[in-house]
Amino acid sequence: MKKEILSAVVGVAAVAGLGAAAASAATLDDVKAKGFVQCGVSTGLAGFSAPNDAGDWSGLDVDLCRGVAAAVFGDAKAVKYSPLSAKERFTALQSGEIDVLSRNTTWTMSRDTQLGLNFAGVNYYDGQGFMVRKSLGVNSALQLSGASVCVQTGTTTELNLTDYFKANDMTYNPVVFEKLEEVNAAYDANRCDVYTTDQSGLYSIRLGLSAPDEHMVLPEVISKEPLGPVVRQGDDQWFAIVKWVHFAMLNAEEMGITSENVDEMMNSTDPNVMRMLGKEGAFGDSLGIGNDWAYNVIKQVGNYGEVFERNVGASTQLNISRGVNALWSKGGLQYAPPIR
Amino acid sequence: MGTDMAHQESVSAGADDSGRASLIYDPRVRGFVFQALLIIVVAGLVWSGLTNAHDNLQRAGIASGFGFFKERAGFDIGQSFIHYTNDSTYLRAFFVGLGNTLVVAVIGIFFATVIGFIVGLARLSKNYLVRKFATVYVETLRNIPLLLQLLFWYKAVLSILPSPRAMGIEPGSEIAFSLNNRGLYLPRIVPEAGASLILFTAIAVLAVWFVLGRWAKKRQMATGQQFPVFVTGLGLFIVLPLLAFFVTGMPLSLEYASLQGFNMVNGWVIQPEFMALLLGLSLYTASFIAEIVRAGILAVSHGQTEAAYALGIRPNLTSRLVIVPQAMRVIIPPLTSQYLNLTKNSSLAVAIGYPDLVSVTGTVLNQTGQAVEVISITMLVYLTLSLLTSAFMNWFNASVALVER
Amino acid sequence: MDHTTKSIAYVRTEETPRSAPPSKSGGVGGWLKENLFATPRDTVLTIITFLVLLWIIPPVIDWAFISAVWTGDNREACIGPDTGACWAFVDAKFGQFIYGRYPLEERWRVNLAGLLLVAGLVPIAIPSVPYKRENALYLLIVFPVLAFILLTGQFGLKPVETPLWGGLLVTLVVAIVGIVVSFPLGILLALGRRSHMPIVKMFCVIFIEFWRGVPLITVLFMSSVMLPLFLPDGVSFDKLLRALIGVALFSSAYMAEVIRGGLQAIPKGQYEAANAMALTFWQGTRLVIMPQALKLVIPGIVNTFIGLFKDTSLVLIIGLFDLLGIVQQNMTDPNWISPVTPATGFVFAAFVFFIFCFGMSRYSAYMERRLDTGHKR
Repeated sequence: MKKEILSAVVGVAAVAGLGAAAASAATLDDVKAKGFVQCGVSTGLAGFSAPNDAGDWSGLDVDLCRGVAAAVFGDAKAVKYSPLSAKERFTALQSGEIDVLSRNTTWTMSRDTQLGLNFAGVNYYDGQGFMVRKSLGVNSALQLSGASVCVQTGTTTELNLTDYFKANDMTYNPVVFEKLEEVNAAYDANRCDVYTTDQSGLYSIRLGLSAPDEHMVLPEVISKEPLGPVVRQGDDQWFAIVKWVHFAMLNAEEMGITSENVDEMMNSTDPNVMRMLGKEGAFGDSLGIGNDWAYNVIKQVGNYGEVFERNVGASTQLNISRGVNALWSKGGLQYAPPIR
Repeated sequence: MGTDMAHQESVSAGADDSGRASLIYDPRVRGFVFQALLIIVVAGLVWSGLTNAHDNLQRAGIASGFGFFKERAGFDIGQSFIHYTNDSTYLRAFFVGLGNTLVVAVIGIFFATVIGFIVGLARLSKNYLVRKFATVYVETLRNIPLLLQLLFWYKAVLSILPSPRAMGIEPGSEIAFSLNNRGLYLPRIVPEAGASLILFTAIAVLAVWFVLGRWAKKRQMATGQQFPVFVTGLGLFIVLPLLAFFVTGMPLSLEYASLQGFNMVNGWVIQPEFMALLLGLSLYTASFIAEIVRAGILAVSHGQTEAAYALGIRPNLTSRLVIVPQAMRVIIPPLTSQYLNLTKNSSLAVAIGYPDLVSVTGTVLNQTGQAVEVISITMLVYLTLSLLTSAFMNWFNASVALVER
Repeated sequence: MDHTTKSIAYVRTEETPRSAPPSKSGGVGGWLKENLFATPRDTVLTIITFLVLLWIIPPVIDWAFISAVWTGDNREACIGPDTGACWAFVDAKFGQFIYGRYPLEERWRVNLAGLLLVAGLVPIAIPSVPYKRENALYLLIVFPVLAFILLTGQFGLKPVETPLWGGLLVTLVVAIVGIVVSFPLGILLALGRRSHMPIVKMFCVIFIEFWRGVPLITVLFMSSVMLPLFLPDGVSFDKLLRALIGVALFSSAYMAEVIRGGLQAIPKGQYEAANAMALTFWQGTRLVIMPQALKLVIPGIVNTFIGLFKDTSLVLIIGLFDLLGIVQQNMTDPNWISPVTPATGFVFAAFVFFIFCFGMSRYSAYMERRLDTGHKR
């Protein structure tokens, strides 16, 4: 009897083995060995990470993954995407299923300290907002007492919502769903009066409603939502790579290096530019990747400004202004340490 | 059916060599060895799983343990039958979820049983139209996934109802009945001072009814005289509380729902998520119960009916006194598993946003990140519910089982 | 009244008056009388049912056919008062409903795998076709390997990753893998549960009762959220594969109970006869017990498969796009959002599920009748 059970167990394990991937502890070696970066993204949030009909992903969060791939392999296409729900995202990272989580995830203290995660920077400063139908005649979040509010469960949004209504002595009926698409559908069907999530998300979601023009985002921002890429704790090298890919994109914008002029910039004599593009020093080597890492990132993905404009900026349907996401030199919060 | 054989052949190879002398072929020794190896394999798997989990959590610096249950939850839940605010603990949130699951399961079981019995009897009706109608009902609902039915009720039926505002309900006016996409609104009965007397009267009547039933049965056994227990009981049940209602000065009032601001307020509201879940669960499970009932009744030999008729018992009484009691013995065991299925299926609530146990623990999981603890405890609760229901139904089954004399 | 009737003895002394001939019992009128208007209660029931049907059927027909929109390029076609089903939506998304986002130029592989499946299923389903054993081997071993090669893309075929799979393809993959794995596993568990070895028995009982006691959805959550943590560092499974493991373990417990029912129905004499022939336990099981037991429980196995097939729809909750999942996802496509889109999509999905499940349940009933005759004395 035992042998049969054993053979069954082995059989299951063998079937399982077909889809299993073994890896060593160092994420970089592992990534290099398998030849691509496994990147956890959302299940579809226009402008941040969304697939088109052909299954190609694009968005601000996706471009960060492409940047990491460009830095490691010199090829921004060496990425595979795992669409994850809010529930799955941390386990996927903790268990090693993905190498980097770039899924509009809010940096909070508990996530940083209790879940074994490291936030590698902030690629979008966001804040939670509210969207309502224009026909309700509401123009401030403070008029929302008694409303039904649609919210995705298990997010910081859900907690902020509670806190905000409590602080302002208002009541509400929560209508919660596991998946973003279901929240969208419920709001669109008028199951609730208000939709709350990060403001960037609201603009993105509004595009997907049946009548985008009939909805408006209220001016209040009720929370700080610094969104950024996340890696596992305990692998400083990989942490540094993801962190510096983001910083390189910021520094490039600051120095005026774009994907178009990066080849000309290779001839620049500005020591800052030379250090960044690998003409001087060995910054890539110290990360364990090629010295032309930043060149590849900028050439294939672009600087932060380009990425922002391409995915969520004024030229896109989302039409989000830079606001606090402008460079520090232009009055925003995006500030990268120097490459030196 | 050669498949399994092939399988058996491959796995049994080596176990059936000839020769009986060796100790290996002593069945007792072999049994012992097999079992010892099984323990080792299972323990090994469990051990490696646990150490892996422990290592993974340790390395990642994830906190583990059930301490988080005492922390403040900080989120709201749309429907709860026990007191809950966002200041309550995760543990309390967990019980809210459990309560919601139990409520929908119990009400669902009630409706599923009623509908199931009606449809099951209808399938055996001599009336062609009724019979075919019941057959179509059963065949359609049984062969469509429950999840699809739930989503259909929720998204294609209840969600596309207009909102209270769009229905043109006057703000502030009192509404006795309204079905809109925010729920089903009915008046709520508000007890005032003295209302408890009505409740007590009703309970007392129930007790009297029960005692009366016992007495009547005893008397019928002894003397053969019948007593109209049901009519008397029902009469008392209606008259006495009504009397108490008037005597105490009509302490009940109705509170109507009305539109205020965004939503309907006051009144008694059944939320669309709950309604969709209840509709889906009851109608789906009823289609299975109908088949069980049908099979149970068909299992009673036709001779029983004929014998009853020969004794001059009318058809209605024959069903009640002869057929149904015997059919129940066949019906109850599969009925139990349907009740269990319904309870387990109520976990599909998570797809339509009803805050049942799975949905609430899902939120807890997200907020705390304690995947292992939260999922294990959820499974444990369902397992306990299943075992308890089984135990109860086994007991009940034993009490109606045929006593061979 | 005559006083003689008070006496206990009663003998009729005169002929009873002749009864009227029975009313027409043949033809339409007779049928109606017998089946619809036999008693006053029947008449009332008939009228009520008829009214209910009148209330349900015409609107449904109107919705599904008369007011339905059959052609159109986007939601504009389906928006408007009194629009019925938006079949144009199903038409536009049909490819997705069947294949998910499987690359267009590779879809022939899915079709080929489907053909291979049908080629195996049809002969095994028809009782009179010979070579059942070979056929079953093909279905349980050869076909899964071929389908695996074709669908994932091995041996030079372009790899197609499972996140691109979807629609009916995923539904069938989950259901078939579930049944193929659960069948042998179920046999082993059923045998184990009837074993005389206490520890083996206990293990099997716990295993079976555990999976039967928890809802599938928690099993799926476990496999998608908890399982990764229990694997050694760096080993990770495909999301689809994790769901498959969960479904297979879950259904093997149900399969085990069905097969145990069959084993229990075999008379003790059969076991004793096998022992008397000096067959070992495995020989006896293989040659004597199982062929009889499995034949008895074919309807039960088909029913388990129907249940499994319906349960595959649950994988949408963990973010896989089976038929129902992909239909639901496409409902939120801004190009097609309209009040009738959800109903249309669900009705389409329900229809597909119904065809499969109803077909299987008819087959199960047919087998039951066929097998039943053998036991009638």
